[in-house]
Amino acid sequence: MSDKRIGDVILDVKNISLAFGGVKALTDISFDVREHEIRAIIGPNGAGKSSMLNCINGVYTPQKGTIAFRGQTFDHMDSRQVAEMGIARTFQNLALFKGMSVLDNIMTGRNLRIKSNILLQALRIGPAEREEMQHRAYVEQIIDFLEIQAYRKTPVGQLPYGLQKRVDLGRALALEPKVLLLDEPMAGMNVEEKQDMCRFILDVNDEFGTTVVLIEHDMSVVMDISDSVVVLDYGKKIGDGTPEEVRNNPEVISAYLGTSH
Amino acid sequence: MGFFLETLIGGLMAGMLYSLVALGFVLIFKASGVFNFAQGAMVLFAALAMARFAEWITALTGLDNLLVANLIAFVLAGAVMFAVAWLVEYLVLRHLVNQEGATLLMATLGITYFLDGLGQTIFGSDIYKIDIGMPKEPLMLFESVFEGGLLVSQEDLIAAGISAALVAMLTLFFQKTSTGRALRAVADDHQAAQSIGIPLNRIWVIVWCVAGVVALVAGMIWGSKLGVQFSLSAVALRALPVVILGGLTSVPGAILGGLIIGVGEKLSEVFLGPYVGGGIEIWFAYVLALVVLLFRPQGLFGEKIIDRV
Repeated sequence: MSDKRIGDVILDVKNISLAFGGVKALTDISFDVREHEIRAIIGPNGAGKSSMLNCINGVYTPQKGTIAFRGQTFDHMDSRQVAEMGIARTFQNLALFKGMSVLDNIMTGRNLRIKSNILLQALRIGPAEREEMQHRAYVEQIIDFLEIQAYRKTPVGQLPYGLQKRVDLGRALALEPKVLLLDEPMAGMNVEEKQDMCRFILDVNDEFGTTVVLIEHDMSVVMDISDSVVVLDYGKKIGDGTPEEVRNNPEVISAYLGTSH
Repeated sequence: MGFFLETLIGGLMAGMLYSLVALGFVLIFKASGVFNFAQGAMVLFAALAMARFAEWITALTGLDNLLVANLIAFVLAGAVMFAVAWLVEYLVLRHLVNQEGATLLMATLGITYFLDGLGQTIFGSDIYKIDIGMPKEPLMLFESVFEGGLLVSQEDLIAAGISAALVAMLTLFFQKTSTGRALRAVADDHQAAQSIGIPLNRIWVIVWCVAGVVALVAGMIWGSKLGVQFSLSAVALRALPVVILGGLTSVPGAILGGLIIGVGEKLSEVFLGPYVGGGIEIWFAYVLALVVLLFRPQGLFGEKIIDRV
């Protein structure tokens, strides 16, 4: 991984504070994400990791602070606009379209790019047919990449958990995002499924050059695949650096293991 | 035998109309989680618009081609329903996102009365006719197969054909277009749909438009059979047990539920009615729906909702 070309800052999070009523979820968080890197956000339960991701994704609007994506600052964005800018995400608790097939689920990720007239689409004629085929081809590539060819037509609700997580990833990839936000991509998986998922994340990062921001509980996974790590605890940033630095940070150790005072 | 089949077919035809109204309920509920009490008012409003437009067009332009006048009236009424859909989303629903189901239901109840009133203010409150030139005389079928043959109303047959065409078009729209895909996506998970760039507000407008068109077709058929009058609005209440029976989240459920209720009503009226006294048609559907609720609270085809405790 040493030959990786980590680029300029692509996502710049500055002084973000978020509160729900009296509960402070995030307090004055700043960090940046560089192009092509895998950036992990870790922390104990309730540290504010998902809240942070939801701020970047436009689900929550922080009371204070700014987030800049490729130099452009945004503070009042909704998820849809964020998606249009090129940030895709997966969900901690699966949020797939259960009634739809694997193929259709991933196809929805192409929706932003489909331009042809709805009437032509319904009748499958002319340019609409060609466009549909192009997107379908792209989706097939993703399906091959994630090794879920056999389940193409299966309603996702019927797939085992690990495979559903892959479909979730596939749908996000279909947007051809610049930045991919992964909310606990390996939660609830067994060792083998975790290894597969790690491989996919590394491959996405490597082959498509996609920047990855991921939240993860499993420390060994984080240390293995990420280039740099942000540590949150009770909504505050307590560490930031390479996995090695973070591992030796006394504050991080005490947050995870507890200290005797 | 012939009489039984006639009753059965009559029930299927009546059921088809219930299906159309129920379809309107299901479409909106699936996509936005709103139980749209105003579906019946939309049927009345659409039918009123179409009846009056057809009347005004012939009066103003002296057009005497019934089909053309009705076609123009249909398109205009469709445009009116689109406007209603847009206004409902823009003025009401947009501001109620993430509110309790009961709040949304009350909002649609408000829309119901508003639409009822507005429709009669603009279009008048008499009984109007929609005359799309349906043949009134019944058709004799299978005379050679069994004695007495089968008496089927041509009007009902055409109505059934129109309904089937509408359902086919909707299926095409939902299965083959990217907008249809987006609609199904929103129906399954709002947040995930937004995260891949599907605009919720636009989808809700579209789904209300579709429900408006469904209401228009239902209103047109019903109106041409019974005349366009205030009681059309109450037709929606006849479709409620259909929705309960078929499941609030299932399009095939709405269609099959409508047929089951239609057939059930007619058969019970004809064959049970004499023993229990008349009027069974009015409450039979509700009892049937209640019995289904006892065994399948999610309806025959509805999604079972499993919550984490």
